[in-house]
Amino acid sequence: MTSTDKLIQMAIAVVLFFAVTGLILVLTARLRSRNGERVQAAAFIAPSLLLIAVGLLYPAVGTIYQSFFGSSYQPILGGGNEGNFVGLDNYRRIFTNGDLLQVLQNTALWVVLTPLVATTIGLVYAVLIDRSRFEKVAKALIFLPMAISLVGASIIWKFMYDYKGTDQDQLGVLNALLKAVGFDTYRFLLTEPWNTFFLIVIIVWVQAGFAMTILSAAIKAIPDDIVEAAKLDGVNGLKLFRYITVPSIRPSLIVVLTTISITTLKVFDIVRTATGGQFGTSVLAYEFYVQSFRSFDFGLGAALATLIFVLVTPIVVYNIRQMRRLEAR
Amino acid sequence: MTTTTPTAPQAGLKTAPPRSASSAARESLSGRWASAAAIVIAVLWTLPTFGLLVSSFRPEGEVKTNGWWNAVTDPQFTLDSYRQVISGADIDLATYLINSVVITIPAVLIPISLAVMAAYAFAWIPFKGRDTLFVAVFALQIVPIQVTMIPLLRLYVDPPFNLMPLAGNDAPGGGFYTVWLSHTIFALPLAIFLLHNFMREIPGELIESARVDGAGHVQIFSKIMLPLMTPAIAAFGIFQFLWVWNDLLVALVFAGGNPSVSPLTVRLAALAGQRGEDWHLLSAGAFVSLVVPLIVFLSLQRYFVRGLLAGSVKG
Repeated sequence: MTSTDKLIQMAIAVVLFFAVTGLILVLTARLRSRNGERVQAAAFIAPSLLLIAVGLLYPAVGTIYQSFFGSSYQPILGGGNEGNFVGLDNYRRIFTNGDLLQVLQNTALWVVLTPLVATTIGLVYAVLIDRSRFEKVAKALIFLPMAISLVGASIIWKFMYDYKGTDQDQLGVLNALLKAVGFDTYRFLLTEPWNTFFLIVIIVWVQAGFAMTILSAAIKAIPDDIVEAAKLDGVNGLKLFRYITVPSIRPSLIVVLTTISITTLKVFDIVRTATGGQFGTSVLAYEFYVQSFRSFDFGLGAALATLIFVLVTPIVVYNIRQMRRLEAR
Repeated sequence: MTTTTPTAPQAGLKTAPPRSASSAARESLSGRWASAAAIVIAVLWTLPTFGLLVSSFRPEGEVKTNGWWNAVTDPQFTLDSYRQVISGADIDLATYLINSVVITIPAVLIPISLAVMAAYAFAWIPFKGRDTLFVAVFALQIVPIQVTMIPLLRLYVDPPFNLMPLAGNDAPGGGFYTVWLSHTIFALPLAIFLLHNFMREIPGELIESARVDGAGHVQIFSKIMLPLMTPAIAAFGIFQFLWVWNDLLVALVFAGGNPSVSPLTVRLAALAGQRGEDWHLLSAGAFVSLVVPLIVFLSLQRYFVRGLLAGSVKG
């Protein structure tokens, strides 16, 4: 297909979509009765529900089902491949195989460290620049990595981490600094176990801007009289931060922490681009991709995906409960 | 942005009151350290990108032999790397750039349109089981896309009831449909949820009075809601745009490594693997992929930030 063909295809798809949607709206527009309202509701909701049911619900159930089967694909209906059933074997493999245990351990590091570090940096920075003269520019600088794809971010950081022997001219900033201070250069992405931490730096770099934006807005929403009253009582500096700022923005902190942990749990681009999962850096989300689409072990892949699902669920549930409590207040 | 609470759109956007002279004086001492720390963070956050940007304009020989900071003392700049990655036959990012555009536009327009409609019905058309359905849609946000991929891919390749397969060589649209559809599906739960929250903020009297005047839901939706919703739609649109443009996983899985439908990210990731030492190409390539989201991001930043906040938190 030439580029023109592609653009034409795109235009056809978009026009077709809007034509069909418009037609449905026009056809249902004239209905006024009680039943008519029901039809209108259906017309508004049905396309979305259908897509969600077919594209999220059915596949999610299918994957959980598949995770109890061997490597070959197991459709939910009409499978007839009973010999393929392995029960909890895939999960047992994840928790006993040395490589996969390493994957779990790495994932745990990612999910614990990323939210904490990114949120801390975002919070500190938001406080530091609050009401300063350059606030807008300062914010944009930290926020910018969010517009960069994780693939792009990984390339940017691979360049920062670039390794050359100590006697050679350095291309990467970090090794150049090490050399300037008199140390040997370091293989940041190849040396276990610290390479995992250097990959986590990449996602922290991307996510800190998100944390900063949300928290900065929350800080600005703290009523001025509270801050003034505290200052009159002689609370200043760090104490003000500890006893006034942090408690006041607690709900935002929780939202930021959970959102970043969920994102982190699902990230696979960084590992794929920076190390390809080698040198002991793989994480659950990447291992899922490798097992499903390279080793074609659909059972193990499904078990890994299900595990991500299981790990996300309590985080989201906790968050929803927090939200409810706030609304009830 | 998976977890959110409904709040007023403008929450937290109060502008700072002017600082009084006394408070400025009181803070100036700690202020100096604070500014220093802020500057350090800002530099740390900007330096990586800046280094790559400088490298992308340096000649190949220079990039490969010495660090980008040497460009300060020995400035040599060229557009060769860009020429090579964009139109050079072996890298040809221009083609992938077009693919990214072709993927992104429908993958932003379609889910948002569907979501606005669904959000309207969930917010303003009463029907039985509405709240249960809405909670169900919200709950489906927690399904990680990894969990859905294999069965969904099977559906595309081998759909039931002898439907036309969407993937493979005989697929319509050269294989873009699977990517469009997947992005649409994955965007819907969050889009419906956020837009629904915006929609509920609109005063009910407005709808009531329109109903009294004899307007049907379709009229209210298109004449009243859509114009009022424009900022929210724009905010989510930017969100979805960045997400789709920067996506790697969906493209890898559903475009199946087919170069004629793969977006920039796929090509760039492959380059990073194959030509890990060709920093002149990688740096220019990374910036080609950066330009479009960066322009969108910078020009529409205000909506974006407001959208982030509106759907998510109140201090």
